[in-house]
Amino acid sequence: MKTKEFLFKYITLAAASLSILFLMGIILSIFKEGLPLFNDINFSDFIFGRKWHPTDEPADLGIFPLISGSIFVTLGALLVGVPLGVGSAIYLSEIASTNVREALKPFIEILAGIPSVIYGLFGMAVLAPLVRKLFNVPTGLNLFSASIILGIMIIPIISSLSEDALSAVSKELREASLALGANRIETIFKVVLPAASSGVISSIILGFGRAIGETMVVLMVSGGAAMLPKSIFSPVRPMTSAIASEMGEAVNGSQHFQALYGIAIVLFLITFLSSLLMQWFAGRENRE
Amino acid sequence: MKELIKVRDLNLHFKELHVLKSINMEIYDKTVTSVIGPSGCGKSTYLRCFNRMNDLKDAAIDGEIILDEENIYSRATDVTSLRMKVGMVFQKPNPFPKSIFENTAFGLKIQGKMKGSEIEGRVEQSLRDVWLWDEVKDRLKDSAMSLSGGQQQRLCMARALATNPEIILLDEPTSALDPRSTNKIEELCVELKKEVTILIVTHNIAQAARISDYTAFLYLGELVEYGETKLMFTVPKDKKTEEYISGKFG
Ligand SMILES: Nc1ncnc2c1ncn2[C@@H]1O[C@H](COP(=O)(O)OP(=O)(O)O)[C@@H](O)[C@H]1O
Ligand SMILES: [Mg+2]
Repeated sequence: MKTKEFLFKYITLAAASLSILFLMGIILSIFKEGLPLFNDINFSDFIFGRKWHPTDEPADLGIFPLISGSIFVTLGALLVGVPLGVGSAIYLSEIASTNVREALKPFIEILAGIPSVIYGLFGMAVLAPLVRKLFNVPTGLNLFSASIILGIMIIPIISSLSEDALSAVSKELREASLALGANRIETIFKVVLPAASSGVISSIILGFGRAIGETMVVLMVSGGAAMLPKSIFSPVRPMTSAIASEMGEAVNGSQHFQALYGIAIVLFLITFLSSLLMQWFAGRENRE
Repeated sequence: MKELIKVRDLNLHFKELHVLKSINMEIYDKTVTSVIGPSGCGKSTYLRCFNRMNDLKDAAIDGEIILDEENIYSRATDVTSLRMKVGMVFQKPNPFPKSIFENTAFGLKIQGKMKGSEIEGRVEQSLRDVWLWDEVKDRLKDSAMSLSGGQQQRLCMARALATNPEIILLDEPTSALDPRSTNKIEELCVELKKEVTILIVTHNIAQAARISDYTAFLYLGELVEYGETKLMFTVPKDKKTEEYISGKFG
């Protein structure tokens, strides 16, 4: 009996440790490949350099256009995904009858389960031509289209987590508000949403992390131009898209190769910070 | 004694369940009236009729509740202004997860008639009325969640008082509190009746005897007996009342 318990404990401990091990391995490998780059160029030139011409002789290795691409596409996605995600969460948790809620929720869950390449296909085949015609722009594969597709993609993440947070607000608080003369809308916006704000904010940060890390959709829909966008209809190349599309052609160990790892480091730091922020917000509820 | 509220032939059904049965009763101005009765007899439901909180549930209500010469169940009644006139305090303290100030000012801000400085004055007055001002005046911006249970319940009373209601409804306001906080709320009720009429539901017969001028005994949805507390607790008219207040069932 003793040995069985002993074995069980250590097997589960090993399983738990494995994820730490993977995390460490990933961090080590991207830093090991990426850091040597900064022997040759300095970090701020890398981050703020306006030109990304990695195959020129000599190469321009400024990733500012790529960072901007990521940031703009992600902000655009939040502009689409936050109102729709939080709005649908409010509808589902506060307004819809039980029947309607039960009927609608599976659709949102299915939306969450669609592989991103299918979102990408939809963006290329349906949205991009539409955007090109509607706004009379040279290409529909651009910042705008990518933002919309990514925005739709993060709706279920934001919606389901926000809905959980809203539903967790007690009946007593709602009644207190109504008894003070507030109507349903005032109760939602002045009491329920603020009470659920930690959960709603962490759902938004999770959506942010998902959007900034998404690769396939931006590879397919954002147009791929490594330039600072001049308008919302400019094609862009977010960081993920640069790594995925250029890694195949970069010679192992070359500066270009190291620079792509450098991008991965930046991306990793951004997502790392956003998940720290999320945990802080998620924990705030318990602390208050 | 001036009548503030008249209840006329009030019936309430939840689907087939007949919860309140032809209740007739007057509530007198600037008094404490308690509603007692065994659990499940309809006390909370009855209380919630006075600010139309049962509207939220599928309750079928007929009969009248007349406040200021008007039936609050008439179509013309604006529920928001009714709820400003009829405040409510719940069983469990339920302050909003906002600051002490924001909690107290909530109803006034919903009402939207007052300027900031007026609101501040009113918040202070309400907090003084519930003997909370000295305890919180230096930390009005702190979260209401940082208060003790008894303080939270008094904050909820201040919140209900801020819109200057004519009556406040209290649904077993001390059942979640320790004896000291309970005492304080009881004393407060007696003090507050100078300003506002109080209708309090309690499962605690001794509490009703201590603080109320009038007592209503509700049993299975019927108003079995209603009258001056002193009389009812010395010479109850009804056999059931006598059994209940002497603790034979409950
Ligand atoms: N929303 C509701 N739907 C159906 N029945 C209800 C509802 N609320 C209360 N009841 C029923 O009405 C009766 C009275 O309840 P309540 O007023 O809460 O009693 P008390 O406060 O005296 O304990 C109980 O039988 C209860 O089950
Ligand atoms: Mg009750």
